[in-house]
Amino acid sequence: MTNNIVEIDNLSFGYKGRLLHKGINMVFPRGKVVAIMGGSGSGKTTLLRLIGGQIKPNSGEVRVDGQIVHKQDRDGIFKLRRKMGMLFQQGALFTDLSVFENVAFPMRELTDLPDSMIRDLVLMKLNAVGLRGAHTLMPAELSGGMARRVALARAVALDPNIIMYDEPFAGLDPISMGVICDLIRSLNDALEATSIIVSHDVKETFLIADYVYFVANGVVVAEGTPHDLTQSTLPFVHQFVHGEKDGPVPFHYPTANYQSELLNQKQSHK
Amino acid sequence: MIKSNLLVKSTRILRGIGKRMIERTWRLGAGARLFFLTIIYSGESFRRFHLTLREIYFTGVMSMMLIIVSGFFVGMVLALQGYNTLQKYGSSEAIGVLVALSLVRELGPVVTALLFAGRAGTAITAEIGLMKTTEQLSAMEMMAVNPIARVIAPRFWAGLISMPILATVFSMVGILGGYLVAVPLIGVDDGAFWSQMQANVDVRADIINGLIKSLVFGIVCTMIALFEGFDAPPTAEGVSRATTRTVVISSFAVLGLDFVLTSFMLVV
Repeated sequence: MTNNIVEIDNLSFGYKGRLLHKGINMVFPRGKVVAIMGGSGSGKTTLLRLIGGQIKPNSGEVRVDGQIVHKQDRDGIFKLRRKMGMLFQQGALFTDLSVFENVAFPMRELTDLPDSMIRDLVLMKLNAVGLRGAHTLMPAELSGGMARRVALARAVALDPNIIMYDEPFAGLDPISMGVICDLIRSLNDALEATSIIVSHDVKETFLIADYVYFVANGVVVAEGTPHDLTQSTLPFVHQFVHGEKDGPVPFHYPTANYQSELLNQKQSHK
Repeated sequence: MIKSNLLVKSTRILRGIGKRMIERTWRLGAGARLFFLTIIYSGESFRRFHLTLREIYFTGVMSMMLIIVSGFFVGMVLALQGYNTLQKYGSSEAIGVLVALSLVRELGPVVTALLFAGRAGTAITAEIGLMKTTEQLSAMEMMAVNPIARVIAPRFWAGLISMPILATVFSMVGILGGYLVAVPLIGVDDGAFWSQMQANVDVRADIINGLIKSLVFGIVCTMIALFEGFDAPPTAEGVSRATTRTVVISSFAVLGLDFVLTSFMLVV
C-alpha cells in the first residue's frame, strides 16, 4: 500500500480546444490535509471532478488508492467513490429532504443498516458538526454556514478515506468560517482520512493545511508547507498570498491597447 | 460582387440549418439514450416503490383538481355544442354518445396530456433542472448513487401510471358534466342519454384505445419533461428555457402522435 492515497501524474485536461491543465503532478499523502489553491478559473474544481471520475483526462492519470480512475467502468468508479466524501461549494443539500434525511441519505442508499442504527449514526454525525438540534429542519431553513456543516456531516456519513472540499469557506461569515475550518481539521484527524481542499482563501487554508499546491496557467507553479509559501519570494505566490492587485496575474483581462481601442471605436462610429 | 454576397448569405443560412439539424438529432439521440437508461435502471423504482408512490402523489394526485375542473367544463361545452348541432337533425338523444365518444377517444387522452405537460411536466423539468443547478445531481453521483435510478426512473413510472388514471377521470367527469347540461338543463331524456351511450361505446375500440393513447402520451410527456430537466444548462435562464421547451415539445408530440395513433387504430 502506497503512502499516497491520491496521485496525479502528468495530467492534462481541456475542452473546446483549450487546455485547462498542462501536465499536472500532485500527491496527496494519507492522513494529511492538502490544499489546491489558485485564482478563479484556474481549474481547481475540475481537479476534484477528475479525482472523483466525473470527467476523464486528455492524457496522464489520476490514481486513487492505486487504481487509475479513468480506466474504471461505472461500477469501479462507484466503488472508488464509496471511499470519498465531497463537500460542494453551496452544500448541494437535497432540498426536499430534512437535515436528518440528508445525512441519512448515503446510509440508506449504500448500506443495509437498520433504521435504529442509521438514526444513531446520523445524530452522531450531526453532533460532530454541532447541529444535532437542527435535525428536523429543512435545508431552506438553514443559514449558509449551517447548510455547509450539514453537507459536511453528510460527506463524512460513511467515514470516507478521502474528503474533498470545494471552496468550503466561500461566502461564509467569520464565525462560520472558523467553525468550518476547525471541523475540517478535527474530522480529518478523527477519521484518519485525507482531506483535499480547493480554495482561494489564503488565511483559513494556511491555518489547517499540511501542504499546499498553487495552480496557475494549467501547471503547478509552487508547492510547499504553508510556512514555506508565506516566506516565498516567487512573484505569483507573493501576489496571491498577500492579495496584491497587480503582478504576474494582471488586473486587466488580456485585450488590445487601451488608447488604440478607444481611437478605433471613435473612427468606427464616424 | 452581388453574386458573391448572395452566395455567402445562402451558405450562412444553410450552415445555420445544418447546425440546428445536428443539434436536434443529437438531442433526440440523447433523449433516447436517457429513455433506455431509465428502463435499465428502473429496478430501484420497483424495489423501493415508496419513491415512485411519492412521485405519483406529486404528478398525479396534485394534478387531479385541474383535471377534474377541466374535464367537467369540457364535458359541459361538448353537450351544449353537440345538442346545438344534433337537434337540427332530430337526433338530440345521441348527445350521450357524442359526449362519451369525443371524451373517451380523443379529448380525454389529448387534453389530459396537454394539461399534464403544463402542470406536472413543467414541475418535473424545473425540479430536475434546479437539482442540477444546485449540484444535487452531482452530489448524488459523488456519493456513488445513480441519479437516473434514484431521481429519473421513479418520476418516469409515476408519470406512466398517473396519465391513464387522469385521462379516465377526465372522461368520467366530462361525461358527468355533459349529463348535467344535457339532461337536467336542456331536458334530453335521461334513459336515452345513458342507453345510447351504453349501446354505442365499445370497450375495445373506444375505451381501450383511449387508454393506450393516454399511456403513450404519458411515456412521451414524462420523458420529455425528464430529459429537458436533465439536459438543462445549469443556469436560471437554462432552466426557464427548458421548462418552456417541455410544454412546447410535449404539445407538438401529443398532437402529432394523436394523429398517428388514431390512424393506426382506425385501420386496425
